[in-house]
Amino acid sequence: MATETHEGAIGACVDAGGSAIGMPQLCADWIPNQIFWLVVTLIVIYFVLSRVALPRIGAVLSERAGTITNDLGAAEELKQRAKAAEEAYEKALADARTEANRIVAETKAGIQAELDVELKKADAEIAARTAESEKAIAEIRDSAMASVMAVAKDTAGEIVRAMGGTDDQKAIDAAVDARIGGRA
Amino acid sequence: MAEEAHGADGGLVFHPLDQFIVKPLIGDGPVHWYTVTNATLWMAIAVVCIVLLLVTGTRGRAVVPNRTQSIAELIYGFVYKMVEDVTGKEGLRYFPYIMTLFLFILFANYLALLPMSFSTTSHVAVTAVLGFGVFLTVTALGFILNGPSFLGMFWMKDAPLVLRPIIAVIEIISYFVRPVSHSIRLAGNIMAGHAVIKVFAGFAAIAAISPVSVLAITAIYGLEVLVAGIQAYVFTILTCVYLKDALHPHH
Repeated sequence: MATETHEGAIGACVDAGGSAIGMPQLCADWIPNQIFWLVVTLIVIYFVLSRVALPRIGAVLSERAGTITNDLGAAEELKQRAKAAEEAYEKALADARTEANRIVAETKAGIQAELDVELKKADAEIAARTAESEKAIAEIRDSAMASVMAVAKDTAGEIVRAMGGTDDQKAIDAAVDARIGGRA
Repeated sequence: MAEEAHGADGGLVFHPLDQFIVKPLIGDGPVHWYTVTNATLWMAIAVVCIVLLLVTGTRGRAVVPNRTQSIAELIYGFVYKMVEDVTGKEGLRYFPYIMTLFLFILFANYLALLPMSFSTTSHVAVTAVLGFGVFLTVTALGFILNGPSFLGMFWMKDAPLVLRPIIAVIEIISYFVRPVSHSIRLAGNIMAGHAVIKVFAGFAAIAAISPVSVLAITAIYGLEVLVAGIQAYVFTILTCVYLKDALHPHH
Protein backbone atom coordinates (compact mmCIF):
# COMPACT_ATOMS: atom_id res chain seq x y z
CA MET A 1 0.00 0.00 0.00
CA ALA A 2 2.11 2.89 1.25
CA THR A 3 3.99 3.42 -1.98
CA GLU A 4 2.27 6.67 -2.88
CA THR A 5 4.74 9.53 -2.71
CA HIS A 6 4.62 11.94 0.15
CA GLU A 7 6.72 14.86 -0.98
CA GLY A 8 8.14 16.64 1.97
CA ALA A 9 7.17 13.96 4.42
CA ILE A 10 8.73 15.00 7.67
CA GLY A 11 10.70 12.60 9.78
CA ALA A 12 13.86 10.61 9.77
CA CYS A 13 12.21 7.34 8.78
CA VAL A 14 10.79 8.12 5.34
CA ASP A 15 12.94 9.03 2.36
CA ALA A 16 12.11 11.59 -0.32
CA GLY A 17 10.34 8.92 -2.38
CA GLY A 18 7.96 8.02 0.45
CA SER A 19 9.65 4.72 1.18
CA ALA A 20 10.69 3.53 4.58
CA ILE A 21 14.27 3.97 5.67
CA GLY A 22 15.19 0.89 7.65
CA MET A 23 12.46 -0.82 9.63
CA PRO A 24 9.43 1.39 10.33
CA GLN A 25 9.00 -0.62 13.54
CA LEU A 26 12.18 0.87 14.93
CA CYS A 27 11.41 4.48 14.02
CA ALA A 28 11.51 6.40 17.29
CA ASP A 29 9.32 9.20 15.89
CA TRP A 30 6.28 6.95 15.68
CA ILE A 31 6.54 5.04 18.90
CA PRO A 32 4.88 7.54 21.29
CA ASN A 33 1.95 7.93 18.91
CA GLN A 34 1.34 4.18 18.75
CA ILE A 35 1.71 3.71 22.48
CA PHE A 36 -0.73 6.52 23.20
CA TRP A 37 -3.39 5.26 20.81
CA LEU A 38 -2.87 1.65 21.92
CA VAL A 39 -3.46 2.63 25.54
CA VAL A 40 -6.59 4.55 24.52
CA THR A 41 -7.80 1.56 22.50
CA LEU A 42 -7.19 -0.90 25.32
CA ILE A 43 -8.96 1.30 27.85
CA VAL A 44 -11.96 1.66 25.54
CA ILE A 45 -12.10 -2.09 24.88
CA TYR A 46 -11.72 -2.83 28.58
CA PHE A 47 -14.58 -0.56 29.55
CA VAL A 48 -16.84 -1.82 26.79
CA LEU A 49 -16.12 -5.40 27.83
CA SER A 50 -16.28 -5.06 31.58
CA ARG A 51 -19.29 -2.74 31.67
CA VAL A 52 -21.46 -4.11 28.87
CA ALA A 53 -20.34 -7.10 26.89
CA LEU A 54 -18.99 -9.58 29.43
CA PRO A 55 -21.74 -9.21 32.07
CA ARG A 56 -24.33 -9.50 29.33
CA ILE A 57 -22.83 -12.63 27.77
CA GLY A 58 -22.21 -14.11 31.21
CA ALA A 59 -25.85 -13.48 32.13
CA VAL A 60 -27.07 -15.02 28.89
CA LEU A 61 -24.91 -18.09 29.39
CA SER A 62 -25.98 -18.63 32.99
CA GLU A 63 -29.62 -18.01 32.03
CA ARG A 64 -29.28 -20.63 29.34
CA ALA A 65 -27.69 -23.06 31.78
CA GLY A 66 -30.59 -22.36 34.18
CA THR A 67 -33.16 -22.87 31.45
CA ILE A 68 -31.59 -26.14 30.42
CA THR A 69 -31.50 -27.36 34.02
CA ASN A 70 -35.14 -26.37 34.53
CA ASP A 71 -36.20 -28.03 31.31
CA LEU A 72 -34.37 -31.19 32.26
CA GLY A 73 -36.08 -31.13 35.67
CA ALA A 74 -39.47 -30.61 34.05
CA ALA A 75 -38.79 -33.43 31.61
CA GLU A 76 -37.83 -35.71 34.49
CA GLU A 77 -41.03 -34.79 36.33
CA LEU A 78 -43.15 -35.44 33.24
CA LYS A 79 -41.43 -38.77 32.83
CA GLN A 80 -42.29 -39.68 36.43
CA ARG A 81 -45.89 -38.69 35.82
CA ALA A 82 -46.05 -40.73 32.65
CA LYS A 83 -44.68 -43.71 34.57
CA ALA A 84 -47.28 -43.20 37.34
CA ALA A 85 -50.04 -42.96 34.73
CA GLU A 86 -48.82 -46.15 33.11
CA GLU A 87 -48.80 -47.90 36.49
CA ALA A 88 -52.34 -46.69 37.20
CA TYR A 89 -53.44 -47.91 33.80
CA GLU A 90 -51.86 -51.31 34.38
CA LYS A 91 -53.53 -51.54 37.78
CA ALA A 92 -56.92 -50.59 36.34
CA LEU A 93 -56.46 -53.18 33.63
CA ALA A 94 -55.57 -55.87 36.17
CA ASP A 95 -58.55 -54.87 38.36
CA ALA A 96 -60.88 -55.02 35.40
CA ARG A 97 -59.55 -58.44 34.47
CA THR A 98 -60.07 -59.76 38.02
CA GLU A 99 -63.58 -58.29 38.12
CA ALA A 100 -64.40 -59.89 34.77
CA ASN A 101 -63.14 -63.24 35.99
CA ARG A 102 -65.20 -62.89 39.16
CA ILE A 103 -68.36 -62.08 37.18
CA VAL A 104 -67.72 -65.01 34.85
CA ALA A 105 -67.30 -67.39 37.79
CA GLU A 106 -70.41 -66.04 39.52
CA THR A 107 -72.51 -66.37 36.42
CA LYS A 108 -71.19 -69.84 35.80
CA ALA A 109 -72.08 -70.86 39.37
CA GLY A 110 -75.58 -69.38 39.01
CA ILE A 111 -76.17 -71.19 35.76
CA GLN A 112 -74.83 -74.40 37.27
CA ALA A 113 -77.24 -74.16 40.22
CA GLU A 114 -80.20 -73.52 37.93
CA LEU A 115 -79.09 -76.37 35.76
CA ASP A 116 -78.85 -78.68 38.76
CA VAL A 117 -82.38 -77.78 39.87
CA GLU A 118 -83.75 -78.35 36.40
CA LEU A 119 -81.84 -81.63 36.09
CA LYS A 120 -83.24 -82.82 39.40
CA LYS A 121 -86.75 -81.92 38.31
CA ALA A 122 -86.27 -83.68 35.04
CA ASP A 123 -84.86 -86.76 36.80
CA ALA A 124 -87.86 -86.84 39.14
CA GLU A 125 -90.27 -86.57 36.26
CA ILE A 126 -88.44 -89.25 34.36
CA ALA A 127 -88.57 -91.51 37.43
CA ALA A 128 -92.31 -90.87 37.86
CA ARG A 129 -93.00 -91.58 34.23
CA THR A 130 -90.88 -94.74 34.39
CA ALA A 131 -92.76 -96.00 37.46
CA GLU A 132 -96.09 -95.28 35.76
CA SER A 133 -95.02 -97.10 32.64
CA GLU A 134 -93.76 -100.05 34.66
CA LYS A 135 -97.09 -100.23 36.41
CA ALA A 136 -98.95 -100.15 33.12
CA ILE A 137 -96.62 -102.81 31.68
CA ALA A 138 -97.18 -105.00 34.79
CA GLU A 139 -100.95 -104.59 34.43
CA ILE A 140 -100.77 -105.46 30.76
CA ARG A 141 -98.58 -108.47 31.57
CA ASP A 142 -100.94 -109.60 34.33
CA SER A 143 -104.01 -109.32 32.13
CA ALA A 144 -102.12 -111.07 29.35
CA MET A 145 -101.16 -113.79 31.78
CA ALA A 146 -104.77 -114.17 32.90
CA SER A 147 -105.87 -114.39 29.26
CA VAL A 148 -103.18 -116.98 28.57
CA MET A 149 -104.45 -119.03 31.54
CA ALA A 150 -108.06 -118.82 30.41
CA VAL A 151 -107.13 -119.70 26.81
CA ALA A 152 -104.94 -122.56 28.04
CA LYS A 153 -107.73 -123.91 30.28
CA ASP A 154 -110.34 -123.63 27.54
CA THR A 155 -108.04 -125.22 24.98
CA ALA A 156 -107.08 -128.00 27.38
CA GLY A 157 -110.81 -128.69 28.25
CA GLU A 158 -111.75 -128.80 24.55
CA ILE A 159 -108.84 -131.18 23.80
CA VAL A 160 -109.69 -133.44 26.72
CA ARG A 161 -113.38 -133.54 25.68
CA ALA A 162 -112.47 -134.21 22.08
CA MET A 163 -110.27 -137.10 23.20
CA GLY A 164 -113.26 -138.44 25.15
CA GLY A 165 -111.76 -137.67 28.58
CA THR A 166 -113.42 -136.38 31.64
CA ASP A 167 -115.87 -133.53 31.48
CA ASP A 168 -114.83 -132.08 34.76
CA GLN A 169 -113.66 -128.57 33.92
CA LYS A 170 -112.41 -127.95 37.48
CA ALA A 171 -109.94 -130.91 37.40
CA ILE A 172 -108.58 -129.73 34.07
CA ASP A 173 -108.12 -126.16 35.37
CA ALA A 174 -106.23 -127.53 38.41
CA ALA A 175 -103.98 -129.60 36.16
CA VAL A 176 -103.23 -126.59 33.89
CA ASP A 177 -102.54 -124.39 36.92
CA ALA A 178 -100.20 -127.02 38.29
CA ARG A 179 -98.32 -127.21 35.00
CA ILE A 180 -97.97 -123.50 34.18
CA GLY A 181 -98.08 -122.04 37.69
CA GLY A 182 -94.51 -123.23 38.38
CA ARG A 183 -93.25 -121.23 35.49
CA ALA A 184 -95.54 -118.28 35.50
CA MET B 1 17.07 -5.63 2.98
CA ALA B 2 14.88 -6.15 -0.03
CA GLU B 3 13.70 -2.57 -0.30
CA GLU B 4 17.09 -1.48 -1.50
CA ALA B 5 16.95 -3.83 -4.48
CA HIS B 6 14.82 -1.64 -6.73
CA GLY B 7 16.10 -0.26 -9.99
CA ALA B 8 18.92 -2.77 -10.26
CA ASP B 9 17.41 -5.07 -12.88
CA GLY B 10 14.76 -2.77 -14.35
CA GLY B 11 11.07 -2.86 -13.34
CA LEU B 12 11.44 -4.86 -10.13
CA VAL B 13 10.57 -2.61 -7.20
CA PHE B 14 10.47 -3.95 -3.67
CA HIS B 15 9.09 -1.90 -0.79
CA PRO B 16 7.94 -4.66 1.51
CA LEU B 17 8.24 -2.54 4.64
CA ASP B 18 6.48 0.57 3.37
CA GLN B 19 3.17 -0.93 4.50
CA PHE B 20 4.29 -0.44 8.09
CA ILE B 21 4.89 3.31 7.78
CA VAL B 22 2.90 5.31 10.30
CA LYS B 23 1.51 8.52 8.81
CA PRO B 24 -1.05 11.11 9.77
CA LEU B 25 -4.51 10.32 8.54
CA ILE B 26 -5.13 13.89 7.39
CA GLY B 27 -2.36 15.97 5.84
CA ASP B 28 1.37 15.39 5.93
CA GLY B 29 2.42 16.89 9.22
CA PRO B 30 4.80 15.37 11.70
CA VAL B 31 3.61 12.42 13.81
CA HIS B 32 3.17 13.71 17.35
CA TRP B 33 2.08 11.42 20.17
CA TYR B 34 -1.51 12.71 19.82
CA THR B 35 -1.68 12.79 15.99
CA VAL B 36 -4.53 10.75 14.50
CA THR B 37 -2.63 8.31 12.29
CA ASN B 38 -3.40 5.21 10.27
CA ALA B 39 -2.50 3.24 13.40
CA THR B 40 -5.23 5.15 15.23
CA LEU B 41 -7.69 4.41 12.44
CA TRP B 42 -7.10 0.66 12.44
CA MET B 43 -7.15 0.41 16.22
CA ALA B 44 -10.45 2.29 16.14
CA ILE B 45 -11.78 -0.11 13.51
CA ALA B 46 -10.78 -3.00 15.78
CA VAL B 47 -12.70 -1.37 18.64
CA VAL B 48 -15.73 -0.88 16.39
CA CYS B 49 -15.62 -4.52 15.28
CA ILE B 50 -15.35 -5.70 18.89
CA VAL B 51 -18.30 -3.53 19.88
CA LEU B 52 -20.31 -4.77 16.88
CA LEU B 53 -19.63 -8.40 17.71
CA LEU B 54 -19.84 -8.41 21.50
CA VAL B 55 -22.30 -5.61 22.20
CA THR B 56 -24.50 -5.18 19.13
CA GLY B 57 -24.34 -8.89 18.36
CA THR B 58 -25.62 -9.86 21.81
CA ARG B 59 -28.31 -7.16 21.87
CA GLY B 60 -31.07 -9.77 21.79
CA ARG B 61 -29.78 -11.58 24.92
CA ALA B 62 -31.51 -14.58 23.41
CA VAL B 63 -31.50 -17.92 25.20
CA VAL B 64 -31.41 -19.44 21.73
CA PRO B 65 -28.68 -17.31 20.13
CA ASN B 66 -28.46 -16.07 16.57
CA ARG B 67 -25.23 -16.44 14.61
CA THR B 68 -23.47 -13.30 15.81
CA GLN B 69 -24.41 -13.95 19.40
CA SER B 70 -23.16 -17.52 19.23
CA ILE B 71 -19.80 -16.32 17.87
CA ALA B 72 -19.56 -13.84 20.75
CA GLU B 73 -20.49 -16.60 23.22
CA LEU B 74 -17.97 -18.93 21.63
CA ILE B 75 -15.13 -16.42 22.09
CA TYR B 76 -16.29 -15.68 25.63
CA GLY B 77 -16.44 -19.36 26.51
CA PHE B 78 -13.10 -20.06 24.85
CA VAL B 79 -11.19 -17.39 26.77
CA TYR B 80 -13.12 -18.01 30.01
CA LYS B 81 -12.27 -21.70 29.92
CA MET B 82 -8.64 -20.94 29.05
CA VAL B 83 -8.30 -18.61 32.04
CA GLU B 84 -10.07 -21.08 34.32
CA ASP B 85 -8.04 -24.08 33.14
CA VAL B 86 -4.65 -22.39 33.34
CA THR B 87 -4.94 -20.09 36.35
CA GLY B 88 -7.73 -21.77 38.31
CA LYS B 89 -10.79 -20.17 39.87
CA GLU B 90 -8.83 -17.26 41.42
CA GLY B 91 -7.66 -16.21 37.97
CA LEU B 92 -11.20 -15.50 36.81
CA ARG B 93 -11.03 -12.07 38.49
CA TYR B 94 -8.61 -11.05 35.74
CA PHE B 95 -10.75 -12.50 32.94
CA PRO B 96 -11.83 -9.06 31.57
CA TYR B 97 -8.19 -7.97 31.22
CA ILE B 98 -7.20 -11.13 29.41
CA MET B 99 -10.30 -10.92 27.24
CA THR B 100 -9.32 -7.34 26.34
CA LEU B 101 -5.86 -8.44 25.24
CA PHE B 102 -7.16 -11.42 23.31
CA LEU B 103 -9.85 -9.51 21.45
CA PHE B 104 -7.55 -6.61 20.58
CA ILE B 105 -4.82 -8.88 19.21
CA LEU B 106 -7.29 -11.15 17.42
CA PHE B 107 -9.09 -8.32 15.69
CA ALA B 108 -5.93 -6.34 14.95
CA ASN B 109 -4.35 -9.46 13.39
CA TYR B 110 -7.36 -10.28 11.23
CA LEU B 111 -8.01 -6.69 10.20
CA ALA B 112 -4.35 -6.46 9.17
CA LEU B 113 -5.05 -9.15 6.60
CA LEU B 114 -7.41 -6.87 4.68
CA PRO B 115 -5.71 -5.38 1.61
CA MET B 116 -4.62 -1.73 2.14
CA SER B 117 -4.96 -2.08 5.90
CA PHE B 118 -2.37 -1.16 8.50
CA SER B 119 -1.02 -3.92 10.73
CA THR B 120 -1.03 -2.45 14.22
CA THR B 121 0.26 -5.62 15.88
CA SER B 122 3.27 -5.77 13.53
CA HIS B 123 4.85 -2.89 15.47
CA VAL B 124 7.09 -3.77 18.36
CA ALA B 125 6.00 -0.52 20.00
CA VAL B 126 2.47 -1.91 20.25
CA THR B 127 3.30 -5.48 21.23
CA ALA B 128 5.96 -4.31 23.68
CA VAL B 129 3.37 -2.24 25.51
CA LEU B 130 1.16 -5.34 25.63
CA GLY B 131 4.00 -7.67 26.63
CA PHE B 132 5.63 -5.41 29.21
CA GLY B 133 2.20 -4.42 30.48
CA VAL B 134 1.48 -8.07 31.21
CA PHE B 135 4.96 -8.56 32.70
CA LEU B 136 4.77 -5.56 35.03
CA THR B 137 1.18 -6.27 36.08
CA VAL B 138 1.89 -9.92 36.77
CA THR B 139 5.10 -9.17 38.69
CA ALA B 140 3.38 -6.48 40.77
CA LEU B 141 0.48 -8.84 41.39
CA GLY B 142 2.87 -11.58 42.46
CA PHE B 143 4.44 -9.36 45.11
CA ILE B 144 1.11 -7.95 46.28
CA LEU B 145 -0.54 -11.34 46.66
CA ASN B 146 2.43 -13.33 47.97
CA GLY B 147 4.77 -10.72 49.45
CA PRO B 148 8.49 -11.50 49.37
CA SER B 149 7.70 -15.22 49.16
CA PHE B 150 6.97 -14.59 45.48
CA LEU B 151 10.75 -14.77 45.04
CA GLY B 152 10.55 -18.40 46.13
CA MET B 153 9.44 -19.08 42.58
CA PHE B 154 13.10 -18.83 41.55
CA TRP B 155 14.38 -21.08 44.33
CA MET B 156 13.68 -24.68 43.32
CA LYS B 157 13.12 -26.57 46.57
CA ASP B 158 13.06 -29.96 44.87
CA ALA B 159 16.43 -29.46 43.11
CA PRO B 160 19.75 -30.54 44.69
CA LEU B 161 21.14 -27.80 46.93
CA VAL B 162 24.25 -27.31 44.78
CA LEU B 163 22.21 -26.67 41.68
CA ARG B 164 19.71 -24.31 43.29
CA PRO B 165 21.69 -21.06 42.85
CA ILE B 166 22.49 -21.91 39.23
CA ILE B 167 18.84 -22.74 38.53
CA ALA B 168 17.81 -19.54 40.27
CA VAL B 169 20.04 -17.48 37.97
CA ILE B 170 18.65 -19.22 34.90
CA GLU B 171 15.09 -18.81 36.17
CA ILE B 172 15.59 -15.10 36.79
CA ILE B 173 17.07 -14.56 33.33
CA SER B 174 14.23 -16.50 31.70
CA TYR B 175 11.73 -14.54 33.78
CA PHE B 176 13.07 -11.23 32.50
CA VAL B 177 13.25 -12.50 28.91
CA ARG B 178 9.55 -13.34 29.03
CA PRO B 179 8.18 -9.90 28.09
CA VAL B 180 10.70 -9.56 25.27
CA SER B 181 9.87 -12.92 23.71
CA HIS B 182 6.19 -12.34 24.45
CA SER B 183 6.11 -9.12 22.41
CA ILE B 184 8.69 -9.91 19.71
CA ARG B 185 6.94 -13.20 18.93
CA LEU B 186 3.71 -11.47 18.04
CA ALA B 187 5.19 -8.52 16.16
CA GLY B 188 7.72 -10.68 14.34
CA ASN B 189 5.13 -13.19 13.15
CA ILE B 190 2.77 -10.57 11.83
CA MET B 191 5.49 -8.39 10.28
CA ALA B 192 7.30 -11.30 8.60
CA GLY B 193 4.16 -12.67 7.00
CA HIS B 194 3.04 -9.33 5.65
CA ALA B 195 6.52 -8.49 4.35
CA VAL B 196 6.77 -11.87 2.59
CA ILE B 197 3.44 -11.28 0.88
CA LYS B 198 4.73 -7.90 -0.32
CA VAL B 199 7.96 -9.45 -1.63
CA PHE B 200 6.00 -12.04 -3.62
CA ALA B 201 3.76 -9.26 -4.89
CA GLY B 202 6.87 -7.44 -6.11
CA PHE B 203 7.83 -10.47 -8.22
CA ALA B 204 4.44 -10.35 -9.94
CA ALA B 205 5.84 -7.52 -12.09
CA ILE B 206 7.69 -10.14 -14.16
CA ALA B 207 5.05 -11.68 -16.46
CA ALA B 208 6.65 -15.14 -16.54
CA ILE B 209 6.80 -15.43 -12.77
CA SER B 210 3.50 -13.74 -11.93
CA PRO B 211 1.31 -16.93 -11.87
CA VAL B 212 3.73 -18.52 -9.40
CA SER B 213 3.78 -15.27 -7.49
CA VAL B 214 -0.01 -15.11 -7.25
CA LEU B 215 -0.16 -18.74 -6.09
CA ALA B 216 2.56 -18.06 -3.53
CA ILE B 217 0.70 -15.01 -2.23
CA THR B 218 -2.45 -17.09 -1.91
CA ALA B 219 -0.61 -19.80 0.00
CA ILE B 220 1.15 -17.34 2.31
CA TYR B 221 -2.14 -15.54 2.88
CA GLY B 222 -3.70 -18.82 3.97
CA LEU B 223 -0.80 -19.36 6.34
CA GLU B 224 -1.20 -15.82 7.67
CA VAL B 225 -4.87 -16.46 8.42
CA LEU B 226 -3.72 -19.31 10.64
CA VAL B 227 -0.89 -17.27 12.15
CA ALA B 228 -3.23 -14.39 13.01
CA GLY B 229 -5.46 -16.64 15.11
CA ILE B 230 -2.67 -18.73 16.58
CA GLN B 231 -0.60 -15.73 17.67
CA ALA B 232 -3.59 -14.18 19.42
CA TYR B 233 -4.13 -17.50 21.17
CA VAL B 234 -0.44 -17.91 22.05
CA PHE B 235 -0.20 -14.40 23.47
CA THR B 236 -3.30 -14.97 25.59
CA ILE B 237 -2.38 -18.39 26.92
CA LEU B 238 1.14 -17.18 27.82
CA THR B 239 -0.47 -14.29 29.67
CA CYS B 240 -2.54 -16.86 31.57
CA VAL B 241 0.57 -18.92 32.34
CA TYR B 242 2.42 -15.86 33.67
CA LEU B 243 -0.64 -14.93 35.70
CA LYS B 244 -0.71 -18.42 37.16
CA ASP B 245 2.90 -17.98 38.30
CA ALA B 246 1.88 -14.82 40.12
CA LEU B 247 -1.14 -16.49 41.74
CA HIS B 248 0.54 -19.76 42.67
CA PRO B 249 4.33 -19.14 42.71
CA HIS B 250 5.04 -22.36 44.58
CA HIS B 251 3.32 -24.60 42.03
